[in-house]
Amino acid sequence: MSEKEIIARRIAKEIKDGDVVNLGIGLPTMVADYVSSNIDVVFHSENGFIGLDKVAKPEEEVEYYVNAGAQPITIKDDAAFFDSAMSFGIIRGGHVDITVLGGLQVDEKGNLANYMVPGKMVPGMGGAMDLVSGAKKVIVAMTHTAKGMPKILKECNLPLTGRGVVDMIVTELAVLEMTKDGLTLTEIHKDTTKEDVLAAIEADVNVADFLKTFG
Amino acid sequence: MKVTQVSSLDQYLKDDMTIMVGGFLGVGTPEKLISRIVKKGYKNITLICNDTAFIGKGAGKLIEHHLVKKAIVSHIGTNPETGRQMISNEIEVNLVPQGTLAEKVRAGGVGLGGILTATGIGTEVQKGKTVVEVEGKEYILEAPLRADLALIFASVADEKGNLIYYGSTRNFNPIMAMAADTVFVEAKEIVPVGALNPSEIVTPHILVDYIVKGE
Repeated sequence: MSEKEIIARRIAKEIKDGDVVNLGIGLPTMVADYVSSNIDVVFHSENGFIGLDKVAKPEEEVEYYVNAGAQPITIKDDAAFFDSAMSFGIIRGGHVDITVLGGLQVDEKGNLANYMVPGKMVPGMGGAMDLVSGAKKVIVAMTHTAKGMPKILKECNLPLTGRGVVDMIVTELAVLEMTKDGLTLTEIHKDTTKEDVLAAIEADVNVADFLKTFG
Repeated sequence: MKVTQVSSLDQYLKDDMTIMVGGFLGVGTPEKLISRIVKKGYKNITLICNDTAFIGKGAGKLIEHHLVKKAIVSHIGTNPETGRQMISNEIEVNLVPQGTLAEKVRAGGVGLGGILTATGIGTEVQKGKTVVEVEGKEYILEAPLRADLALIFASVADEKGNLIYYGSTRNFNPIMAMAADTVFVEAKEIVPVGALNPSEIVTPHILVDYIVKGE
């Protein structure tokens, strides 16, 4: 199983029946593939609708049904379309239960950096700043390290997408949650050890009394 | 008679104009109207759009022909030419969170002196802006946006300019149709007055100045 698949499978378990969920482009989009078919989840697409179903097969494509990555998609029977002001009103207004976004860096204060590397990669924040500001639960989906360097830091040094916004981080090795005591390691992948996970985290994190495993 | 030829756009074109362009990654963008500006070659345009789409598509065509002086957008990552021109200082890019951009345009169109949003608090977006505290929470004061010209896409227009939008083509179109001195619509289909269900019209005809048949 690839790192991305491990992460997507674990995040899918966070999604409950009736949740309104916004998935970012890339790895976060994969989460939809692993959500239980026994529950009814409403996927919100920031370009202006709820009721996103799946990526369309060529014979299913309709030119005006596309997701926020401009990919043709199919919609559910209860889908509804709206303009961008409504779309972000839904986001900022707290009507989205869970947002899953990628991350370049997260720090122990729950700050997230994921929208630019000055001088190198400046794509713009798109809807990410609104999502972390407005969604009830913010889950960061990212690999544990980048080229061996920790991404869970004492303090982010890239420009922030949001300050104190992260509720949960899921990597291929671990799950960390923001609790009243601060950033806490709550789960590790079944094929790793607590020591290995902590060695690849720069931040000062708490460790839960009962560490669960996943994968 | 609002239904006209694309050449009617020419009388409103000038160097240094500010234009709003509907669409999200080129979906719901009036391609014919944009191509007319490219053909005429007006320069130093301030572009207000969600994104700069792709090379050869949507607002991306204005960028690649070096017609834009300043872009006010939420995302440029899909068009490498925008990033290249930004890094070489040929173009100024003002990155705005997507929900904030939608509300700035809406404010410009509905007579509001700005909006207060928590999006971007504690990030670079906050720099140089007034922060207002309301009931113990901090918000950024964001000024309204208006344009000389709005280029709007509609799926169907009646001959008077009532508009409806199919699927995800709606995005910024309805709010931009309120926020410019002159509003040009490129409609995929034009029908007689009375053919649309008045209860399903999204943009009422009083906001529309001209209608051009799209492809």
